[in-house]
Amino acid sequence: MLATSRNFETAARAGLANDNLQRALGLARTGFPLRRRLAVERLPEFEALRDAGRSIKDHTLQHLDFYLEFYEGQVIASGGKVHWARTSQEACAAVLQICRSAGAKIVTKGKSMVAEEVGLNEFLEVNGITPVETDLGEYIIQLRREPPSHIIAPAIHLVKEQVAETFRAEHRSFDPDRPLFEPRQMCDEARAVLRPRFLAADVGITGANFLVAETGSSIIVTNEGNGDLTQTLPRIHIVMTSIEKLVPTFEDAATLLRLLARSATGQEFSSYTTISTGPRQPGDLDGPEQYHVVLLDNGRSAMIGTEFQEMLRCIRCSACMNHCPVYAAVGGHAYGWVYPGPMGAVLTPSLIGIEETGHLPNASTFCGRCESVCPVKIPLPKMMRHWREREYAKKLSPPVYRSGLSVWAWVARRPALYHSFAEIASRVLGWAGGGRGRFRALPLAAGWTRVRDMAAPEGRSFHSLWEQRMKSGAGR
Amino acid sequence: MSETRERILADIRNSLGRGRLDATVDTELRARIARHRRNLVPGRATALDGQGRVELFITMAEEVQATVTRVSSPTAVPEAVARYLAAENLPAELVMAPDPGLEKIPWSTWPLLRIRRGRAEPEDRVSVTPCHAAIAETGTLMLVSGAQAPTTLNFLPETHIVLVRADQVVATYEDGWDRLRIGKAPEVLPRAVNFITGPSRTADIEQHIELGAHGPRRLHIVLVENGQATRSEENEQYSAPAGR
Repeated sequence: MLATSRNFETAARAGLANDNLQRALGLARTGFPLRRRLAVERLPEFEALRDAGRSIKDHTLQHLDFYLEFYEGQVIASGGKVHWARTSQEACAAVLQICRSAGAKIVTKGKSMVAEEVGLNEFLEVNGITPVETDLGEYIIQLRREPPSHIIAPAIHLVKEQVAETFRAEHRSFDPDRPLFEPRQMCDEARAVLRPRFLAADVGITGANFLVAETGSSIIVTNEGNGDLTQTLPRIHIVMTSIEKLVPTFEDAATLLRLLARSATGQEFSSYTTISTGPRQPGDLDGPEQYHVVLLDNGRSAMIGTEFQEMLRCIRCSACMNHCPVYAAVGGHAYGWVYPGPMGAVLTPSLIGIEETGHLPNASTFCGRCESVCPVKIPLPKMMRHWREREYAKKLSPPVYRSGLSVWAWVARRPALYHSFAEIASRVLGWAGGGRGRFRALPLAAGWTRVRDMAAPEGRSFHSLWEQRMKSGAGR
Repeated sequence: MSETRERILADIRNSLGRGRLDATVDTELRARIARHRRNLVPGRATALDGQGRVELFITMAEEVQATVTRVSSPTAVPEAVARYLAAENLPAELVMAPDPGLEKIPWSTWPLLRIRRGRAEPEDRVSVTPCHAAIAETGTLMLVSGAQAPTTLNFLPETHIVLVRADQVVATYEDGWDRLRIGKAPEVLPRAVNFITGPSRTADIEQHIELGAHGPRRLHIVLVENGQATRSEENEQYSAPAGR
């Protein structure tokens, strides 16, 4: 997928001014965090499970070469095939080759962020194969030719009126006067449209939430059942996935599964958790004749051993973006690539470079909610800071930020000077703030004060108050 | 392709700052897989006895809009199924898994039920399947594919009826998985293991939860309190390969 992360600032502004987007985000802003909290409160072991989940992923990453080889051996033993891909191009080429060998015309797809990452749909279309997204959200945005704006709720940026409009424009065989006002009606219409496509498809492509080394299995976690129809009905099942999805055993997967649905949608368990191992077996009455896994690296192996390795623990639950004030304000499209929100702000620069994506790790208030809800305890704010450091070191940030930061750093490294500056500044600002205790406008900070007031200092710095407190003996 | 494979593995080892793992670590990791030790397992269901597990399973399944009928013995199943279909205004026509356990149920006592055995076809509206286990902690059904249990039955029809024996209700996912591992042959897992928790649903339009997105709109569980008679041994035992 082509990145537009460079335009974050303009896209974010457009998002803030988009009424439909703001209405849609308003529904998500409260719903996701509430449902997650209720689910977490019901499970006393949740905190301890987060630690267990983190250890499983860390252990696997530390021995990833071993687990990948073991996994591949088991896929082959169960009659499947693994296609290794270093880049998006290699992954797309592997899928195309499988589709061509089967003479495939129609390909159904379950939701796969890796497929979005490699731009699979565009690639297949150019090569004369029709990809049909079957997850309701993915289907809607495919009709609208839009990228997903959320990793588990891809059409979260839309309101139902927009969906109805899209269906009316695209589903031309339906009565133009049909009622299409409620999600129920739209859901039924999509079901009716997609059912024959499931049955007609030659190849079904799904993602994988986990890969199990022990058994060579892939696991998908879904609610709609589209992923299961996608991988059960066609002659060929292709799993589009990436190397960090490995876990050693089913027991390890079970621990992460207990974290996933609760963190994502606040469900105790998703409707369908399906563990697939190889193709149809002798005697089976259904299931695909071929089972392929396309295993993508695309920059992940290079993250191992760096300060960004922990990002590879991510299980794509979306809790970080569901709890992010920046995401909730601007929506997912502003981030300009496949992965939005805090996890995207760390992962996107790792995968496509900080040059294109410098805005993303800066688009954070560092409130820390993302880290506090992450089921595998990824230190997202810390890693965004690492990206800011790299951006600074590579001289990629705007000159005015850089000179401002240099001045601040010069002063901050001289404590005596810093304290006297701080003391004077707080007195002056405290005086200038008058009795109101806040500023409507500040010179050099118009960008900040245009949309909010700045609190005025109370006249004394923390350091001087602390000094006084220690002198009076109250601090002992 | 194998060149790509070698390069990815080399890149990973390079990032980890080491070469191939030495034999000792390799053996340890194989042993870790073979042990498949459980991690922390929530206590919600593990402390319960059989009856307690059944009650929790039903509570959790109903919470996610599955419906449950309890019957005392396999002989009561045909009537329970027929009554459910009538109440839901569904035709008395089913496609059923060709499972030896299900065959032991006296379906002929309810002659109005028309039953076809096999995989699901697009026109089928109601399916009946057995399950491998039922998991109390989240009200989850565990179904495994096989010659006697086609996977299409779980997803194509609008209504999915699952027969659960009380002695199939286990506490956790791991307990269900152990039931797959116990035993000898075959060496490979069934192609599909489906954990099913309530009917199909979506919240993709304005976060509004709608049932029956693509899979079944209804998931009905017939729980047989005393169902030993319907056990089908050959369908129960698999073992996963433990290290190679």
